[in-house]
Amino acid sequence: MLTLAIETSCDETSCAVVKDGREVLSNIISSQIEIHKKFGGVVPEIASRKHIESIDNILQEALDTAGVAFKDIDLISVTQGPGLVGALLVGLSTAKALAYALDIPIIGVNHIEGHVCANFIEHKELEPPFTCLIVSGGHTYLVQANGYTDYELVGRTRDDAAGEAFDKVARSIGLPYPGGPLIDKLAKIGNKEAIDFPRVVIDDHTYDFSFSGLKTAVLNHLNQAKQKGEEIIIEDVAASFQQAVLDVLVDKTFRLAKERNSDKIVIAGGVAANKGLRTMMEERGKKEGIRIYYPSRILCTDNAAMIGSAGYFNYINGKVSDLGMNVMPNLDIK
Amino acid sequence: MKVLGLDTSTLMTTCGVIDGDKLVGEYSLSQDMSHSEKLVPMIKEVLDSLNLTVDDIDLFAAAVGPGSFTGLRIGLATVKAFAHVTNKPIIGVSTLEALAYNLPFNDIVVPMLDARRDRVYTAIYKWKGNELEAIMKPCILEVTELLNILDRDHNKIVVNGDGSLVYKDMIIEKLKDKVRFSTIGQNMCKASSICELALLRYKKNEVDDFYTLAPDYLLETQAQREYRERGK
Ligand SMILES: [Zn+2]
Repeated sequence: MLTLAIETSCDETSCAVVKDGREVLSNIISSQIEIHKKFGGVVPEIASRKHIESIDNILQEALDTAGVAFKDIDLISVTQGPGLVGALLVGLSTAKALAYALDIPIIGVNHIEGHVCANFIEHKELEPPFTCLIVSGGHTYLVQANGYTDYELVGRTRDDAAGEAFDKVARSIGLPYPGGPLIDKLAKIGNKEAIDFPRVVIDDHTYDFSFSGLKTAVLNHLNQAKQKGEEIIIEDVAASFQQAVLDVLVDKTFRLAKERNSDKIVIAGGVAANKGLRTMMEERGKKEGIRIYYPSRILCTDNAAMIGSAGYFNYINGKVSDLGMNVMPNLDIK
Repeated sequence: MKVLGLDTSTLMTTCGVIDGDKLVGEYSLSQDMSHSEKLVPMIKEVLDSLNLTVDDIDLFAAAVGPGSFTGLRIGLATVKAFAHVTNKPIIGVSTLEALAYNLPFNDIVVPMLDARRDRVYTAIYKWKGNELEAIMKPCILEVTELLNILDRDHNKIVVNGDGSLVYKDMIIEKLKDKVRFSTIGQNMCKASSICELALLRYKKNEVDDFYTLAPDYLLETQAQREYRERGK
């Protein structure tokens, strides 16, 4: 079964052809990062304008790379949310028109679920159930995956997403947008015990996260150092901050895995590309007999292949959308 | 030759089909519901009623603006995908020209789309034979500025578009008996006008490319404007 997938939830225009939910025939990603850089972040209206200008090119490139034509496609899968409303609408409108013109089913996919499914592409043998941490610029979720389309939301951030905290701290130490990946690089050089930033665990009873206090602590530290005329070693700030985030993420994920008797932990989303997070998860996993899964770097970013995988698994589990569906910018994972 | 046309640049969703010089179906709905939910089901209803499929259409057309940025993209993404799948030609039509095309009178025709904060997207057209000539090209103007121009340069004016309703009192006050308002039926962009204008352009070989066709916003984004002004 061939799925043609479209993803336009933020600043990546992406189209992919995926076979049977796990085999990627093409995954074309056109990033607008360079365009948004000068504005210091994604400008929604500009993102939407770029999507409509490039979507049909990316679509054709996805078909050509896969070596297929429209008539070979069995299913259209498209990101329905969460994301920027204007950006999502370009992908959804294109997808609906394709499904109608080709007279094939269409399925609206939850972007966050897509991030999880990137792991089904990367690890052909991976099957639910598993415990899953989804971390990106926009999201921090802890879920228990009971089936391919059955995600139980157990924990979430109460304020900033983990990736958002990375970007904000990066900006405060003078790194260009997007700063998250640069923090990871600096952290490797710096001393993670140099500064004792708080680990906000909220309390032991919930799996929710909070990162705004940590972000404020970093900003306060920088201000105080500046006032006292102390030298700021940004490598140490990056390493200590990253460690404070990862300690909380890793700890809660393992706590949930143990509570649910999971022997598999899956990490997904943009921050799943973070080397520090991967290493820490793997070291702890080795100790506790839990296997760690994460996608390759390209599948961690926003891409349509993961949407194609999620669409396929939803479809074979009996879900199908109609041409009257709308985008859901604030869609949550169930 | 069958032409499918649509417009989603205002609250009105309209789609229709002409076959040569005959209108065979047109469906317009004005409501607060999103174009996203309504558009493709409406197209399907029109085509189903006519026993047609997307494959039967020879030319695709849509309003490229000005108008609601999001609305324009919904319409364009839809026809671009149709043209892409069927490998048929596509033509983008100015929303303002399509509005003016509703009114084949000897007067000056001035379509107005509300651009909020006392501004309108507008243009000034005059009929020349069976075609419209733009005396003033599509632009965004303060309503008072447009009315000054009209009062200064013209005597017989007919206006339409949602902007002519929003600013009706201002228009009457300034232009008095120089101006006439459109009938309700001709006040909104019609898919049939989009189709016909596209067909005229097709006959002149003025075809667009579905890869590159994009809305004509007439306005840069706020972020771009602020960035430009900071750079000065
Ligand atoms: Zn994402």
